[in-house]
Amino acid sequence: MIRFLLSRFVQGVVVILAVITITFTLSQMVPGGAIRNERNVSEETKKAQEEYYGLNKPWIVRLGLTIKHYATFNLPDSYHYKGRGVDEIIASGFPVSAAVGVAGLTIALLIGVPLGAIAALRPNTLEDRGSTLAATLGICTPSMVLGPLIAMLFGLKLRWFNVAGWFDSSDWVLPALTLGIIYSAYIARLTRGSLRETLAQEFIRTARAKGASETSVVFLHAMKLASLPVLNFLGPAAAGLLTGSFIVETIFQLPGLGQFFIAAATNGDHQLTIAISTFYAALIVGFNLFVDILQALLNPRIRLQA
Amino acid sequence: MSESNHQSLSPMRAAWQRLMRQRMNAWALWFLVALVILCGVGPEISPYDQAEQDLELRATNPSMSHWLGTDPLGRDMLTRILHGGRVSLEVGLLATGVAAVIGVIYGMMSGLVGGRIDSALMRIVDILYAFPFINFVILLMVIVGREFWLIFVAIGAVEWLTMARVVRGQVLALKNLEFVTAARASGAGFWHIVWRHLLPNVMGPVIIYASLTVPGVMLLEAALSFLGLGIQPPDASWGVLIREGANSMETYPWMLLYPGIFFSATLLALNLLGDGLRDAFDPKSMSQQ
Repeated sequence: MIRFLLSRFVQGVVVILAVITITFTLSQMVPGGAIRNERNVSEETKKAQEEYYGLNKPWIVRLGLTIKHYATFNLPDSYHYKGRGVDEIIASGFPVSAAVGVAGLTIALLIGVPLGAIAALRPNTLEDRGSTLAATLGICTPSMVLGPLIAMLFGLKLRWFNVAGWFDSSDWVLPALTLGIIYSAYIARLTRGSLRETLAQEFIRTARAKGASETSVVFLHAMKLASLPVLNFLGPAAAGLLTGSFIVETIFQLPGLGQFFIAAATNGDHQLTIAISTFYAALIVGFNLFVDILQALLNPRIRLQA
Repeated sequence: MSESNHQSLSPMRAAWQRLMRQRMNAWALWFLVALVILCGVGPEISPYDQAEQDLELRATNPSMSHWLGTDPLGRDMLTRILHGGRVSLEVGLLATGVAAVIGVIYGMMSGLVGGRIDSALMRIVDILYAFPFINFVILLMVIVGREFWLIFVAIGAVEWLTMARVVRGQVLALKNLEFVTAARASGAGFWHIVWRHLLPNVMGPVIIYASLTVPGVMLLEAALSFLGLGIQPPDASWGVLIREGANSMETYPWMLLYPGIFFSATLLALNLLGDGLRDAFDPKSMSQQ
């Protein structure tokens, strides 16, 4: 276990170093840059600012400095939002993205797992067909189509929620619903497949033979194992939620990390670009580790290996 | 068809028959064939150009001269949707092609070489999986000035990871089978074995996985175009059309609905076909369902 955690930690550090290096190198190629793009600023001021941010040093030195900043948690200021540290900006954007993402994932699990379980428990019935059809349709509806439709229905027609912005305490509902419906479709499909497979295994027959009630067989014995593929999916899903958050934050005009990233990438705000990518990478690494440990706890056949 | 006849079929033909036996799969396939023909031929024979504006017309409902109506700039919706479909399908197929080539080469190399190099190569794949690729793609789009051909290279360059894993697993399983040993014993060279024995046997999983990659790639392209980073107007892809539709859905909801329906139907057909191919090539997975 300790060896496993150690090797995962090393791997995570490699990922983060690689992400810093790649984003740093890519952002150097963005034409212009925050300071060069500035109008009405004299050449001396630009020079002084480049001096201040260390932009006049060679690539490898600046890369080294950037890594050093991140290693010592001494994070640089954004180029665009003058005087604000990148950590400050992440701290303002992440709660928005996280609220929508967590709520979306919760909705996805609340819809997806029961839908898949019903289909698996009553194979080839009307319920099975209906739930499979709903799941297939959900997979095939892209968030940029579903989001505007949801905004139109609940925002413009019914006027239950705001269509855009992050002002009211209920503003997370529509974006989370958009993400949740799409992910529930994947989760329903996975749950159906893995629960059906699990119910056909010997230990289920044993559980039934020793007189366990049907409820206990399904919920205690089968679900524990059947949830593994679903858990496995949550790793990539977390990464997918990030992608989804770019779209959903654009549709609903949320001041989340995705919006900050797109703005930073197009403005040439390299410091913020690097910071948000690194933050995402750390998030994905952490989430994958969490899923791995959870899986080992649920399935006695899995041993964590370095 | 009689049972004895079945056994003389080549694996490819048998898989094809299993695929077409499911009605849904056949429908999905015919839909896609029809769509490819429509998107290929439609914009050419349409009396309108996809970017041609008719400002006096403005947005109109479907009519005899404009079957799906026009957008607020008076552009024919059907022509634009078919043109956009062509762009989206091209991106989907080409990016998947790029991903397949990289994935097959990487996976084969890893599986054939084996040992330490194999585990190092697979560890690299593990590490790459944890990358926030969407951020890299967005940065790349900003850098390369949103050129069409670079979009699919960029997408293809990030979608090959699972393909590499699939191919490696297949090669590991194949390379010690009797027929490969027999080929080696009868003096076949390395490249002969790779080309004539391993590659054809890897193709099944590659086709299956590729068919499941195409919809993912099309979604990614649409996402980029939706964010304004992919295909640039007045050129159209389905992502661009959905973006335009979402911006004017309050007044002209059909501008969102028509491209949305085309896109969703295509994704549905591709997903059905992908699942069907998996079942057809691997009858075991069907018995599990």
